Amino acid sequence: MTELEIAGQVVELVRRLAGPDAQAEALVTRIDLALTRFANSFIHQNVAESGVAVRLRLHADGRTAAGSGSLVGADGLRALVERTLAAARLCPPDPAWPGLAPPAPVPPSAVFDESTALAEPDERAARVRAFVDAVGGLEAAGYCRTAYRSGAFANSAGHSAVGRTAEAAMDGIARAGGADGVARLCADRLADLDGAALGARAAAKARAAADPVELPPGRYEVVLEPAAVGDLLQNLSWYGFNGKRYNERQSFADLGAAQFDPSVTLVDDPLHGSALPYDLEGSPRRALTLVDAGTTMAVAHDRRSGAEVGVASTGHGMLGASTFGPIPRNLRLLPAAARAVGGDGPASAVEAGQSGAGGDASTSAGGTGAVADPDTAALVAGVERGLLVSDFWYTRVLDPKSLVITGLTRNGVWLVEDGVPTRAVRDFRFTEAYPRALGPGALLGVGRRAVRQPDRMDGVWWEAPPLRLAAWNFTGGASG
Amino acid sequence: MTEFDAASAAVQAALDAGARYADARVMHRRYESMSARNGEIEELTQDESIGLGVRALVGSSWGFHAVPDLSDAAARDAGWRAARIAAASARVPGPPIDLVPTEATTASWASGCEVDPLGVPLSDKGDLLVRATGTMREHGADLAEGLYQIWDTAKWFVSSEGHRIDQRIRECGGGISATAIGDGETQRRSYPSYRGQYGTTGWELVTSLDLAAHAARIAEESRELLTAPECPSGETDLILGGEQLALQIHESVGHAIELDRILGWEAAFAGTSWLDLAQLGSLRYGSELMNVTIDPTIPGALGSFGFDDEGSPAVARDAVREGRWVGVLAGRDSAAVAGLDYGGSVRADGWARLPMVRMTNVGLEPGPHTLDEIVAATDDGVLMDVNRSWSIDDKRLNFQFGCEIGWEVKKGRRGRMLRNPTYTGIGPLFWRSMDMLSSEIVPWGTPNCGKGQPGQTGHTGHPAAPARFRNVRVGVRA
Repeated sequence: MTELEIAGQVVELVRRLAGPDAQAEALVTRIDLALTRFANSFIHQNVAESGVAVRLRLHADGRTAAGSGSLVGADGLRALVERTLAAARLCPPDPAWPGLAPPAPVPPSAVFDESTALAEPDERAARVRAFVDAVGGLEAAGYCRTAYRSGAFANSAGHSAVGRTAEAAMDGIARAGGADGVARLCADRLADLDGAALGARAAAKARAAADPVELPPGRYEVVLEPAAVGDLLQNLSWYGFNGKRYNERQSFADLGAAQFDPSVTLVDDPLHGSALPYDLEGSPRRALTLVDAGTTMAVAHDRRSGAEVGVASTGHGMLGASTFGPIPRNLRLLPAAARAVGGDGPASAVEAGQSGAGGDASTSAGGTGAVADPDTAALVAGVERGLLVSDFWYTRVLDPKSLVITGLTRNGVWLVEDGVPTRAVRDFRFTEAYPRALGPGALLGVGRRAVRQPDRMDGVWWEAPPLRLAAWNFTGGASG
Repeated sequence: MTEFDAASAAVQAALDAGARYADARVMHRRYESMSARNGEIEELTQDESIGLGVRALVGSSWGFHAVPDLSDAAARDAGWRAARIAAASARVPGPPIDLVPTEATTASWASGCEVDPLGVPLSDKGDLLVRATGTMREHGADLAEGLYQIWDTAKWFVSSEGHRIDQRIRECGGGISATAIGDGETQRRSYPSYRGQYGTTGWELVTSLDLAAHAARIAEESRELLTAPECPSGETDLILGGEQLALQIHESVGHAIELDRILGWEAAFAGTSWLDLAQLGSLRYGSELMNVTIDPTIPGALGSFGFDDEGSPAVARDAVREGRWVGVLAGRDSAAVAGLDYGGSVRADGWARLPMVRMTNVGLEPGPHTLDEIVAATDDGVLMDVNRSWSIDDKRLNFQFGCEIGWEVKKGRRGRMLRNPTYTGIGPLFWRSMDMLSSEIVPWGTPNCGKGQPGQTGHTGHPAAPARFRNVRVGVRA
């Protein structure tokens, strides 16, 4: 049976067992996920899974329940419907039920690469081999991942949708005597992942990160590489552009207010890459501008959070949204080039500076690769005294409303003096309000090329150029 | 085709495809969670999942494949694919891999459970959350939330060495939280913890928490926090409540003693460890009051089991004895690499995930004091309780924690409530500064420990009690 046939069967089962007035939606997703993991320069974990998940949400007699399972045979589907119906009968009334998604056109997936969907373990291992070879004797660690999802949605309001998506990602570090350098990329095609280029970049940065010095804490001007910017986007999404938290007055978002620097434009854009074109509730997914030239324009909603404030779903229904809230998961911070005609295309791996140790030798620390691409080099060149930060780690929210976050730098920090990285610096702990760091007047430069950063989950990514920020609040050295 | 038959077929297929060792695990898990907000049920979710995962060791390379199908053909195909994936791993080979021996066991094990949590009527469970969240709203909470979660897991494990083990593990727990929203900030109070308290036990755990009885108090405290003075900045004596200390143990001890991290196997993601195996047995981790055990045999604690997911039996071990580091969390292959003779701490969070080194119950043995005695003995300090935020570096050294609530301690008495209490430090220095430890141990459960790629969520237990630490930096600000 196809995914759509299974979804239709579930909806029909609900109609038969609960009557024609019951409202039901079914989502069926098959997944083939494979991940080849390496550490100490060898493949130590290599996994693949094939799975299927059926999710049913129904609303009957004014009550709502959801159930899910992995059993797609006739008995399994019937058991799913019966237990979800039983649960709904025992639930209290749900007066805020937002209703089912009405029939609406669902766009086709923008990109789908069959060869990525069908990638073999040898193809992932070959990229790992290339990465390991490229680090030139340093220790290498990371992963190469491919994911394929094929899904369908159907509901009792007559709406249905199908889609499929494939994604590839590689994330690795090179390790040189306690200093790490990182390179990571998320792509629609496995063929776009060049293990050797990524390995060379990581190795160049690791070598440049050797013998770090400790600097005193304080506010420093910073250039954040795309990996670090990705952390900003993720936390802004989870806590700020989350419609439920916005409704509850737990978000900093103030629609219509100039909360960010005018050079900040944020678009949640799932179809910019390979993606399922519908959400958990069947709503079509589309680009949603959250911040336009510094002004907060929108937050993400599913049907329930949208109904609470009288707006439509923005296509952000997802597992957990009813409790944590709907969040953007494909957020782009548009690069400076995107403001030019024709500048809004996804950056290729090479354009995004994934070409290894290259960079601009004149702005590298002795040509050692602290600055690994021309885009970052251009931002670093304008810094009189500040820090170049590769990556953030273990960021956690101290206050969700002001979005004060603590975390650490990781995978390389350098002191920049007169436009040149002069010394590797030991990691810092920081405590910073993310909206403030991107606030009006806080951005001194935006890179011209965005790089897509993979998330821990396939289908989720953060795309950003490097940024130059006026200040970042480092509250302590990682050594004490 | 029984679950054991499917697992055996997968193992045999992997061996036929060239594996020198293989194991397979069938898991059938039922999950239920309910959340309530502001006196109404917000979500009820029930999930049922069953499938098979098989590991194959070809030469010194591993492969793993998982399928949601227990038919003979699917199981054999999974075994064959696991061996094929292992062969691909050999393109980037590592050092020779051995497995420390474990007795080939045929056994059954079940966790203790007085009241089947899935057997408690949904209406009763819903009423509990509705009542508690309604009370919080009545007492000033802008957001009143309640949650319970239940996992009922059956496992069947077979290995090419002759293991044949089935287990039934029931876990559950829950909690409530009240949030007060002020001008530009929010304050939250939770009971017994933001994530709730969890254990490998039945519904009797949730009943014993008596959530409704604490609802009014935490709601009032959340409002009070909005106008409470900010936690002062500086160095002072810090008293931590048991719930917060449990997370401190989890982050700065539990993860640090994971052998896969120590060996560099998690370097790119979760990170490594500041610990060096050469110092095992001699390193001064903490003060002499610090006795930490790795004990998956504690009845009712969330990290308990009969056998881990490699078939190793649950055995209690020392991790830190009188402040000295003496033990690690290990699996059969990582232990062999490190030259140790024990595994026993390897688990997966589902049939589709590779078993990996995981905390079991990692916690403190009781100290000689009580919380009241610790407060009475403190001239000038801060008492903090219930975790709000946590962050630690990739070597598990530099940490910063935020708690929901704090109190001044002056001249042996608890004084003013403090808002936004945070503290920061370096793991071994912090633990070496522990000079008082309570005997009031609670085996706190952490059901949301993230690790691994693809990501896995582990269930871990942490016996902990209030303790005092000297000269700790508190009150970090943005």
